[in-house]
Amino acid sequence: MPNDYLLSLPILAAAGWSVLLIILEAMLSRAALTRVFAMLGFALVGGLSVIGFPLQGLAFSEMLRIGGFQHFANIIFCLSGLLVVALSEKYLDDENVHYGEYYIVAFISVVGMMLLAAAANMAILFIGLEMMSIALYVLAGLMRRDVRSNEAAMKYFLLGAFASGLLLYGISLIYGATGELALHKIAIAIQTGSASMLFWIGFGLLITGFLFKISAVPFHQWTPDVYDGSPTPAAAFMSTGAKAAAFSALIVVVTNFSTLLQNSPTWSLVISSIALATMVVGNIAALAQENLKRMLAYSSVAHAGYMLVGIAAATPDGYSGIMFYTLVYTLMNIGAFGVVALLESKENLLLASDYAGLFKHRPMLAGAMAVFMLSLAGVPPLGGFIGKYKVFAAAVDAKLTWLALAGVLASAVSAYYYLRVVYFMFMRDPVGEAISAPATSSLAFALIAVAVVLLGVFPTEILRITDAALKFAQLPTQTGF
Amino acid sequence: MQLELNHYLWLSAFMFTVGVVGVLVRRNAIVIFMCIELMLNAVNLSFIAFSHFMRDIQGQLMVFFVMTVAAAEAAVGLAIVIALFRNKQTVNIDEINILKG
Amino acid sequence: MIYINGLNIETKTTSRMDAQLTEFGKVFLFLLVGVVFVAAGFITSSLIRPHRPYDEKLSTYECGEEPKGTAWVQFNIRFYVIALIFIIFDVELLFLFPWATVFKKIGPVALIEAVVFISILAIGLAYAWAKGDLNWVVPQPNRPKLPEKKFDKPAKKKVAEPAEPAPTA
Repeated sequence: MPNDYLLSLPILAAAGWSVLLIILEAMLSRAALTRVFAMLGFALVGGLSVIGFPLQGLAFSEMLRIGGFQHFANIIFCLSGLLVVALSEKYLDDENVHYGEYYIVAFISVVGMMLLAAAANMAILFIGLEMMSIALYVLAGLMRRDVRSNEAAMKYFLLGAFASGLLLYGISLIYGATGELALHKIAIAIQTGSASMLFWIGFGLLITGFLFKISAVPFHQWTPDVYDGSPTPAAAFMSTGAKAAAFSALIVVVTNFSTLLQNSPTWSLVISSIALATMVVGNIAALAQENLKRMLAYSSVAHAGYMLVGIAAATPDGYSGIMFYTLVYTLMNIGAFGVVALLESKENLLLASDYAGLFKHRPMLAGAMAVFMLSLAGVPPLGGFIGKYKVFAAAVDAKLTWLALAGVLASAVSAYYYLRVVYFMFMRDPVGEAISAPATSSLAFALIAVAVVLLGVFPTEILRITDAALKFAQLPTQTGF
Repeated sequence: MQLELNHYLWLSAFMFTVGVVGVLVRRNAIVIFMCIELMLNAVNLSFIAFSHFMRDIQGQLMVFFVMTVAAAEAAVGLAIVIALFRNKQTVNIDEINILKG
Repeated sequence: MIYINGLNIETKTTSRMDAQLTEFGKVFLFLLVGVVFVAAGFITSSLIRPHRPYDEKLSTYECGEEPKGTAWVQFNIRFYVIALIFIIFDVELLFLFPWATVFKKIGPVALIEAVVFISILAIGLAYAWAKGDLNWVVPQPNRPKLPEKKFDKPAKKKVAEPAEPAPTA
């Protein structure tokens, strides 16, 4: 039996590293140095998760559940943090908000995400969620002399705090109905007894809180405003890391109650309809957007819908598909937001038509952006396609063919607005003067694009890992180790 | 009349509803924030009530964390309100509408 | 079994006195006695005290600064930072009280954990200190320097900031 500390080493290391970052920033006040150390920290924590991948068990009085699933999620969070930190320096410099705190807060947010994914108890679930969210509120309001950033932070904060209030009330009612806060004990309690009305109301409120965080449809209105006003790298972070964390926690909760939920037709119907509405509304709203940042925000709503299809399928295949999807989505979405951030800060490039003729000036950058756009649209040889395929196939297996069909139609619609950007970049002549950006950043984007392509061409290895990672999460009542 | 679990739960549900309605109806950011705090404290009350009547310590443990998180949330939230007020000279959320959804 | 607060009301053996007076009755009685006691004090003193008012005596603070203007003014923003730092150590106590009750049972590990916990908070305080947020008079706002070229082209976003108010309380 692995030791508690050894088992939760990535989380402890991440927490310790964030304290180290604070000390470093307090003593030296050098943002560039803090940035390097934050990147080192992400690499270290991700590396620890890779090394400790086979370790599994419950740690610290059954407060944390660590397994392959959590390690895989940790790697996604660290990857998201690393890429965002790597790509944000130029943007922050241009916006004149290059504070060292940015990196510290992003790091703390990742610690919160790791706790959220590793939660075996409602207390940890809540703390992780809040740690992540409060740090994100700060990131959204980073440009404190910019009214748009203030407004984004304010909206995100008020709605986020409201959602966590609902989630907390849900936890309280579940606690009242079962007398337990530990997830696996709640599962036992509702298996032996029957789930009461109180439990269902609580569970509904809990899921509502999560749906807000992943910006599913009835609770998605904040998304475009917040992404639009926030610093673009922070928006990339919110749409990838935070979304992956909320989905991991959702998967953990849903797998714990799987026996209950599989016998409930209402649950399946409700979550399928939310998935459908999210896909439809996200894609149709994105069609109407001229501003590329808002278009990406609505597209992130739509992608939350595709991922929810995996939750609706409620099979290990579906969850494994979601894990793979979040990995690919992290890469391609940070890539897309990163290109926007790189170009936006130079001139006021925000509209899709402003990208006209990018290929002429920056072929490498335009090529990478095209890969991200095609992958987001789900064009076959790329990573985005495999993610969608896996999730929709799980839905078909779970006899939700109509939902999978709707998903395919929705992504066909989405191809229009993604390909429009590609069309502008390659087919139109440039209007303004050449855009200058350091060549190194083009190289970074090209690397991300290569990773997206590789995930599409050779997905088998990663899919095997996600399948194996879910084995442990599938055994909710296993406590004897 | 004895005070039973139900009384606490109804009070808690009432406070929570007041908070939710306040968030949806009021226009001043600070008042909305106070309503959110009211929601959190309503939840705390229900945790304590469950904890007391079920003779289980976990609910009270949860309340400690909720209070801490509420303090952290207040710190960040008020900082955001102050930053906004410095730039806009208002905290009325109807006048804060540059970003159109 | 854990009883935390004295609110336990499921006692089976209620005395005759309790049977006559409900829980709310007790509260009401307490309220009544409180009001009567305070009111009686005020009335008695107003009946027996001498009544000789003069200007000095009628001012708001008899031995202090003359109040100027209304109390509804904006406070200096720096009070906010102080309040924020206060919150850190205010909430810290919340965790130290339950910790103190089980400290003996757990032993040295509890001490180490509490020290780690408090030192993390102390680092937070030290951070505010090192960043100069505890200085009441801020000579120069600690801000990154604007690059020169930022001024050459028309500013896309609002860069200039309204002047800070003078650091007076």
